[in-house]
Amino acid sequence: MENLIALLVAAPLIGAAVLLCGGRRLDRAGHWLGTLLAAASFVIGVVLFSDMLGRSADDRSLHQHLFSWVPVEGFRADIAFQLDQLSMTFVLLITGVGTLIHLYSIGYMEHDERRRRFFGYLNLFLAAMLILVLADNYLLLYLGWEGVGLASYLLIGFWQHKPSAATAAKKAFLVNRVGDMGLSIAIMLMFTTFGTFAFGPVFAATGDASEGKLTAIGLMLLLAACGKSAQVPLQSWLGDAMEGPTPVSALIHAATMVTAGVYLITRSSAVFNAAPDAQLVVVVVGAVTLLFGAIVGCAKDDIKKALAGSTMSQIGYMILAAGLGPIGYVFAIMHLVTHGFFKAGLFLGAGSVMHGMNDEVDMRKYGGLRTYMPVTFVTFGLGYLAIIGFPGLSGFFSKDKIIEAAFAKGGTEGWILGAVTLLGAGITAFYMTRVMLMTFFGEKRWQPDAKGDAPHPHESPRSMTIPMIVLAVGSVFAGGFFSLGDRFLHWLEPVTGHDHGDAPLSAGVITGATMVVLVIGVAVAWLMYGRASVPVAPPRGSLLTRAARRDLLQDDFNHVVLVRGGEHLTRSLVYMDHTLVDGVVNGTAASFGGLSGRLRKLQNGYARTYAVSMFGGTAVLIAATLLMRAV
Amino acid sequence: MNSLAASATLAASATSTGEAVQFWILGTVAVVGALCTILMKKAVHSALCLAATMIVLAIFYLANGAYFLGIVQVVVYTGAIMMLFLFVVMLVGVSAADSLTETLKGQRWWAAACGLGFGILLIAGIGNASLHSFTGLGQANAGGNVQGLAALIFTKYVFAFEITGALLITAAVGAMLLTHRERTERALTQREMAEARVRAGVQLPPLPAPGVYARHNAVDIPGLLPDGTTSDLTVNRTLKDRGQIRDVSAEAIADIKALEQRSADRLGRDEEEAKR
Amino acid sequence: MNPVNYLYLASLLFTIGAAGVLIRRNAIVVFMCIELMLNACNLAFVTFARMHGNLDGQIIAFFTMVVAAAEVVVGLAIIVSLFRSRHSASVDDASLMKL
Repeated sequence: MENLIALLVAAPLIGAAVLLCGGRRLDRAGHWLGTLLAAASFVIGVVLFSDMLGRSADDRSLHQHLFSWVPVEGFRADIAFQLDQLSMTFVLLITGVGTLIHLYSIGYMEHDERRRRFFGYLNLFLAAMLILVLADNYLLLYLGWEGVGLASYLLIGFWQHKPSAATAAKKAFLVNRVGDMGLSIAIMLMFTTFGTFAFGPVFAATGDASEGKLTAIGLMLLLAACGKSAQVPLQSWLGDAMEGPTPVSALIHAATMVTAGVYLITRSSAVFNAAPDAQLVVVVVGAVTLLFGAIVGCAKDDIKKALAGSTMSQIGYMILAAGLGPIGYVFAIMHLVTHGFFKAGLFLGAGSVMHGMNDEVDMRKYGGLRTYMPVTFVTFGLGYLAIIGFPGLSGFFSKDKIIEAAFAKGGTEGWILGAVTLLGAGITAFYMTRVMLMTFFGEKRWQPDAKGDAPHPHESPRSMTIPMIVLAVGSVFAGGFFSLGDRFLHWLEPVTGHDHGDAPLSAGVITGATMVVLVIGVAVAWLMYGRASVPVAPPRGSLLTRAARRDLLQDDFNHVVLVRGGEHLTRSLVYMDHTLVDGVVNGTAASFGGLSGRLRKLQNGYARTYAVSMFGGTAVLIAATLLMRAV
Repeated sequence: MNSLAASATLAASATSTGEAVQFWILGTVAVVGALCTILMKKAVHSALCLAATMIVLAIFYLANGAYFLGIVQVVVYTGAIMMLFLFVVMLVGVSAADSLTETLKGQRWWAAACGLGFGILLIAGIGNASLHSFTGLGQANAGGNVQGLAALIFTKYVFAFEITGALLITAAVGAMLLTHRERTERALTQREMAEARVRAGVQLPPLPAPGVYARHNAVDIPGLLPDGTTSDLTVNRTLKDRGQIRDVSAEAIADIKALEQRSADRLGRDEEEAKR
Repeated sequence: MNPVNYLYLASLLFTIGAAGVLIRRNAIVVFMCIELMLNACNLAFVTFARMHGNLDGQIIAFFTMVVAAAEVVVGLAIIVSLFRSRHSASVDDASLMKL
């Protein structure tokens, strides 16, 4: 059975190779090939999953060793896969949602002449992401980590003829490099501390390492997670990444790749459990990003960017939960899975709306679309209800558990975190309702596009609606399915461990409070965007709104601190180089030049002068010999 | 010479009085000869002084029991090598004197300092070495000095000897090569030279002969033209280059004047008559 | 008298010869000084032969003479050809060993 694990990765990898190297003759069937291979990977995943369910909870981890990558004395890197419950969850999510989005892309990218290449990149992404979650050591994980970074770069910049897309891709790549640097440093630290970077031996040895080292490793891993999962302070790339095609935003920048950071922290739970300081930083990062993303999401008029802010905020929830330790790991992953469903569905819905509205992304130019796009409206609406945590839907279960876990952290910390998560839930309700109202309700505010064509909203083709329906079903039922009888908890507990903590409030009180903030959020949004009419030109807005429209000045901050600072640093280094280094070098050269100029006069060309020096040298030699004998 | 006396005392750590006297007298001569070698202005004098030193050294070889070497020293060095030196000195100019003023700045001081230091160190080193017991050559020379040397040369040192032979041949060939000048065109015949002279029209008759007033080494004295001045054509150009030409024209004019005076006196003519 | 005096004499002659090489400009005289140095060495070799009671020192002196003869032949040939091309036998005139 474990031999199938490599096939999981191989299927999309072969697809990527064939599609990217195959040339134009594959243009007509390439998208079907890519989708088929993604589906094949999903089927293999399901087969492995059913096999895993058939075994007892302690015997579910499969291991496949392919070959030794770098077999050197004292350093060993293997290409080996490990499939346990955590990996399995990700495999199903990646291949499942991935297959749906492949299917959706067939319709969405129908008129793009580079569709085959697009599917090649998508398959490449699937392969890299599967390597990431299936690796049994950090080095192979790093390979997958870089692979998804590459795929993300290629897909964000897929419409490379648009300068904004090319810039966004570059930005995402560069910001991710900072995080990748953290991961590579973490791996090096692990190697010096433990002598290995395979999961098993490292986690077994965490008890022997000093807490300082573990904290350092944890912080570096967190840096990596921040880069990949768009957490503060490396969050700036996610909003711009929406320049990519919408299926990419749905798959990579909502459902799967951006959750790699959560996977990394959960996978390294042994390290974080032994380093409370690092955990505290993780929680702080999660809480800050949660509010940051939510506030940004409130101000954006671009539907995809509003959703991107939401993604950032929801991943903030997950990171926060993962930072809570054993109380929260399971709920982080659970929210990750449900979020994968409803956020992918929301993005696909957004893509469907854009598809019908001449690729218009400004929500102020939508309005009243519910009758024109009924399927999109219903599926988007279900995703919306799921994300705000409407009782009974997925988000309700998973987000509620995180809020409970935050309170269960205990002490002042618990209260603060609980309040932050509650506030976040309220803001989520607000901005998602805003999106919903501006898009599907109210009067029509449609504007002709740049070419002067008035939009003719219409329902998308079936290849696009079917994935949306499937994902909507997932958003409705996944949470309930996982929570009934604590199925998900029992499933993941052997890998991550679980601790109930001691909540200061009962679950009922917390749920009630969540409902209250939810209603407040929805009501405020209705007052502002439902009852009042929405102007097509964005109003000036408050200071906070204006800041939030500029992503809370993150780019300005980066520019002032990093770019300007870097410029000053380089300028001073150049100055140093010119004066100090060059001065020393040139001074040495000049002094030697002057010395040689003087010594050159000894070389006057007269044989007799040379004879004198020879004779003197002989005398010195005799003196030396005599001295040596005397001593 | 006194080699027989020397051989009797070769084994002793102290030499006979005769050898001591010989050493001190001839040693002084050798050192003076060496100093003269380096201090004489003319190369030919230097060569003669060096020859003297070498003869003294030959005597010392004999005194030290190296009879064969002593003879070889006289024959090869003073006989062959020094003659070679003299030949070259003749070729370059026997009477050409060097200026002993130093042209290189500080060269003489450095040379003196290095020489003094070197000599003192060498002598100190020899003085420090424990060289008080002399085995002497009585036993080694028992079968005859030449026979002993021959036995060594043709057994132990036979290869060195052969290689030395090769070296000598090489040196001889090399010297020939260095001094030989390849003639690149055919030598002109007498007739061609005569024709060329006529064609040039500068000097039709043979060059005038030197040594018109041959009182000295006639070759270096230029011939006189009718007006009493010298003609450069009459002396060898090499001598002219070396500056070895002796101008006797003033002397000659004075001589002529004296001759005329004497004849006038004898004939009883007074100056007035002579003028007229 | 101790025969070691021969060695002192040899050192003295060698030093005089070396000084001559340094002071004199006439290539022929310089060459003579070199011969003087070689002879001084020969005297030392002969004395050493007497000191050690074997003939090897004399053999070396003999070889020195032969080599000196070869050297003189070549050296004088060089001087002659130098004189031919430069009309001078001064070692200072051939100061080609600098730029």
